[in-house]
Amino acid sequence: MRFEAPTSPEDAASLLAATDNARVLAGGTDLLVRLRAGQVEPEMIVDIKRIAGIDAITSEDGGWRIGAGVSCAAMGEHDALGADYPGVVEGAELIGSTQVQGRCTMIGNLCNAGPAADSVPAMVAAGAIAHVVGPKGTREAPVFEIPVSPGKTSLAKGEFIASVYLPPRGARGGDAYLRFIPRTEMDIAAVGCAVNLSLADDGTVEKASVVLGAVGPKVIEAAEAAAALIGTTCDDTALAACAEAATAAATPIDDKRGTVEFRKDVTGVLARRAARIAYTRAKGETS
Amino acid sequence: MSRIHVTTTINGDETEYLCEPQDTLLDVLRDELDLTGSKEGCASGDCGACSVMLDGRLVCSCLVLGAEAEGRAVETIEGMASGEELHPLQQAFIDKAALQCGICTPGILVAAKDLLERNPDPTEEEVRYWLAGNLCRCTGYDKIIRAVLDTAADMRGAA
Amino acid sequence: MAKDEFQSRQFKVVGTRVPRPDGVDKVTGRARYGADITAPGMLTGLCLRSPHAHARIRSIDTSAAEAMKGVKAVVTRADFDVTPESSGNRDVLDNVMAGDKALYDGHTVAAVAATSRSVARAALKAIKVDYEVLPHVTDVDEAMKPDAPVLHEGRQQESVPEGYSQNVLARSQYGHGDVDKGFEEADIVIERHFTTAATHQGYIEPHACLATMGGDGKADLWCCTQGHYHVRDTCAELLGMDTGQLKVTSSEIGGGFGGKTTVFLEPVALMLSRKSGKPVKMTMSREEVLRASGPTASTSVSIKIGARKDGRITAGWGDFRYQNGAFEAMNGALGAMCGFAPYDLENVRTTGWEVVTNRPKAAAYRAPGAPMAAFAVESVVDELAGELGMDPIDFRLMNAADEGTKAAYGPTYPAIGLKSVLEAAKDHPHWNTPLEGENRGRGFAVGFWFNFGGNTSVSLMINGDGTVSLSEGNPDIGGSRASMSMMAAEELGIPYEHVRCVIADTASLGQNDITDGSRVTFAVGLATIKAARHAIDIMKARAARIWGIDEEAVEWVDGAAQPAGPNAGKFEPMTLKEIAALASKTGGPIAGHFEVNAEGAGVSFGAHIADTEVDPETGAVKVLRYTVFQDAGKAVHPDYVEGQMQGGAVQGIGWALNEEYIYGEDGILQNPGYLDYRIPVASDLPMIDTKILEIPNPGHPYGVRGVGETGIVPPLATLANAVSRAAGVRMTSLPMSPPKLLAAIKAAKG
Repeated sequence: MRFEAPTSPEDAASLLAATDNARVLAGGTDLLVRLRAGQVEPEMIVDIKRIAGIDAITSEDGGWRIGAGVSCAAMGEHDALGADYPGVVEGAELIGSTQVQGRCTMIGNLCNAGPAADSVPAMVAAGAIAHVVGPKGTREAPVFEIPVSPGKTSLAKGEFIASVYLPPRGARGGDAYLRFIPRTEMDIAAVGCAVNLSLADDGTVEKASVVLGAVGPKVIEAAEAAAALIGTTCDDTALAACAEAATAAATPIDDKRGTVEFRKDVTGVLARRAARIAYTRAKGETS
Repeated sequence: MSRIHVTTTINGDETEYLCEPQDTLLDVLRDELDLTGSKEGCASGDCGACSVMLDGRLVCSCLVLGAEAEGRAVETIEGMASGEELHPLQQAFIDKAALQCGICTPGILVAAKDLLERNPDPTEEEVRYWLAGNLCRCTGYDKIIRAVLDTAADMRGAA
Repeated sequence: MAKDEFQSRQFKVVGTRVPRPDGVDKVTGRARYGADITAPGMLTGLCLRSPHAHARIRSIDTSAAEAMKGVKAVVTRADFDVTPESSGNRDVLDNVMAGDKALYDGHTVAAVAATSRSVARAALKAIKVDYEVLPHVTDVDEAMKPDAPVLHEGRQQESVPEGYSQNVLARSQYGHGDVDKGFEEADIVIERHFTTAATHQGYIEPHACLATMGGDGKADLWCCTQGHYHVRDTCAELLGMDTGQLKVTSSEIGGGFGGKTTVFLEPVALMLSRKSGKPVKMTMSREEVLRASGPTASTSVSIKIGARKDGRITAGWGDFRYQNGAFEAMNGALGAMCGFAPYDLENVRTTGWEVVTNRPKAAAYRAPGAPMAAFAVESVVDELAGELGMDPIDFRLMNAADEGTKAAYGPTYPAIGLKSVLEAAKDHPHWNTPLEGENRGRGFAVGFWFNFGGNTSVSLMINGDGTVSLSEGNPDIGGSRASMSMMAAEELGIPYEHVRCVIADTASLGQNDITDGSRVTFAVGLATIKAARHAIDIMKARAARIWGIDEEAVEWVDGAAQPAGPNAGKFEPMTLKEIAALASKTGGPIAGHFEVNAEGAGVSFGAHIADTEVDPETGAVKVLRYTVFQDAGKAVHPDYVEGQMQGGAVQGIGWALNEEYIYGEDGILQNPGYLDYRIPVASDLPMIDTKILEIPNPGHPYGVRGVGETGIVPPLATLANAVSRAAGVRMTSLPMSPPKLLAAIKAAKG
């Protein structure tokens, strides 16, 4: 096995393209576990953290660009990012312990393509765009299209995601992410749910996105759950309809982390609770 | 297999070592440098017994490759005391019986020191969440949390 | 030994909160645990483990692995050319290296030693095992059925009646009176069925050892263990060695809780060292710990209790079916003995069943067998109190065992602390503060554990400068060096700081039983006190010789010899230091020692109160407040007694709420890691308040009772009672994980 730490995105892409079985190392909080367990045996590990600027959070055209080397802890410490996208940040900050937070990255979480990835639903709900670098140049792709199935992404050989772009927040917008775990920390989500809302001048919901995690082979955009919120003030009736639609949209499995029935029930509960928080935030009230 | 030459700083001292590409920083600390104060409880980032500081960030050394430490600064439990003088947290853990078997203690001390440097006046809840990635199976955490809170108060009083 | 050993006294050192002698080592990273030991030229040893729950091993081809560069030894069962005398060691051998069958997922079938971990890993992949996969069973009730897949033929004891699978190895029965008559006299009878999942001790330090064996057959072994004498005796037999040729040194131990009363890697490492001629170090990964060390039994328990309207229990009946993993153990019997131990019953009958399944052999876990029994009994007791409209503590006080009670498991109790514990709980602010708020519930339960004494040897040397070197033979798992030093200092009348206690290797002291049964502070403490008294007798004799008076005319007061009265002569007292300085002129070195198979351990009772809040929409449980009451006899170091109570309580909380071994249909463990084997983390918990009761144990000079285990007995039931009240539905299956609790809440609502 080889270890390489290129300093430019182009060098990283050509290293990745030249090797049949190469792995990108960002935070390493997933890759190193798999390496030790013998689940992966790559010929090469490409550490992308020495690429200039890859650890930056930058304001861009009113939105935010988050580099692939940005630790989730660094996202949590960025006040302006947290003010615009509290839901995205709380998703990122729920991954692992304090120690894991110091290393793990949102883009690594995305590229693992784990169905229960905590940071992905809120990114998708926000309409985030991945900036993909590959041997043939760069391309932009919606974050929703990156994971395909458990452990599999749509990235081609040699491609990696250098950054993710969160579009401008705009006025009267708010998001939230909630997950359910058996303990208070250190678990993989049994259910995750992100809600992203924009309000009209009259305080009713104009645009909504409800995205579910851990209840399907990849994140699920629960369009009917979102539609249930449009035009409402997220009153109890709207929230109940949203919850019911979210439960209906969930397609979970029975496993060691929960049953189908449990996950479907809790999906609705979290959708209702997350929508309420997102609405409060969109109105500019504290939550 | 070719080994990688790494130059880094550990507890303030420039250090060189050779490691295999898949060796973790924890492997290097324990097996190459004989710094066995960092413990391997899980090798998956779930127990925190291998906690160290890497360029000022609290991390699990089992989730860092040895090769990644090139040019970085690593701080381990072995660097926490100044000569014979224990860090106030170390003294408090002894005085307040905040350890039983002691295997999780180095990781908890490294993590707690980082907390108090970032937040000299944490609430009980903040201490509990900060240390959620440091498993202790002996104490039920009670005396650990008290020792950290008491030390924080003492250090604020002394400052 | 006299049972009325205890004598009331004013303590100077015992009962204080002194710093532990190993504290600095453990806060600086200097302390050496199992995996921290190295030797020049050391090899890395790894085990190949069965991927099947149950399989016949047709053949093992190690030739490719042996031919690999850097591979220095490969070991299979064929290398262990011994037939152990006892069934216990036969099982240990079958467990550490599978014979003709692999009996559980993770069972060791071969091992290698190589120059690096990466080479050793590659070598494991090169070993070819031809398995014939067999039907398996992991559930206790399934394993008892006559048509269940059988693990071992012909091992069923005569105590087992007809109609059960050969997996049922033994049945044991306890009790007295006539339960049928008792149930007839009852105004109310409640019968319930309970299950608990297997849990793991969860010690943070994986098993590790370093073995080195020379061509002369002499061997040294360093390992993290709760009993290095036990490791020595077992390994010597399995390696076909004379016991005296194997020296075992215990490292610092990173938690055990019963799980390190075992032997797993050590004989394998010794065999690899014998074959390679080099030191071999072996360390389990966390996955190996969970798959292949010694978790608890999972259980299926039926309980029936009857009571009169006035609150008096008329009969108790229990059937305790315990799955012990792939080999014989006695957890079911222990459960059957402990369940009703807190109660004074005229009519009681219990049966314990020992069942083997395709899981790793159950090891001790802090009061082995008792927490599951208490969960079942205390749940029914709680329900009865509710049905009778009685306060849960008053109901238990009315039926509590006391001095002179014939215990449900046979003996008659001497002075015990149960009623004091119950009264302390009843008077405590926690019990007397109403629990307000929706979806909240308070639970209460009691628990019992026997405690143990056992073989113990201690040596105590009086050094020339008046300091004391104390050697004990039990690993210090949670502060025992401190408590032994305290008892030595107390008895000798010298400052605590003048004593240094070390853990001796197996060549340096007489036999010491495993650190189990909460025996160390009791038995090693007793031996330490007696060894100190032995040294005092010698020092009194030396003073008598210096003064030219009879030995009987000298007494020992406050760390000095002095004439016993005005008639003995007029001499200034001689301190320990002064006598020590003259030792070589008065007869040579001064040392005391004591060897005993200690009895009179003194049973211990505890009671717990928990406040919980349930999220009725998700089944999540939050523990709001928790208080532990326990009889310690005499708390030698109160901090560490509290620590045992707190640690036991939290392990029990984990067992009650989220910890469980999850096996798939394929018999493979689904959650062999801390990610999904969910032990409590700091943010899951409140502070754990403690109240130490001190009802002296008549069998110990200072009144000490063991405290290590009792703390895990009540919390399963305490949490079940609290959560059942908060959720409005009786929970009879552990863990009460959110999916299970939410399903129960939904079912109760209809």
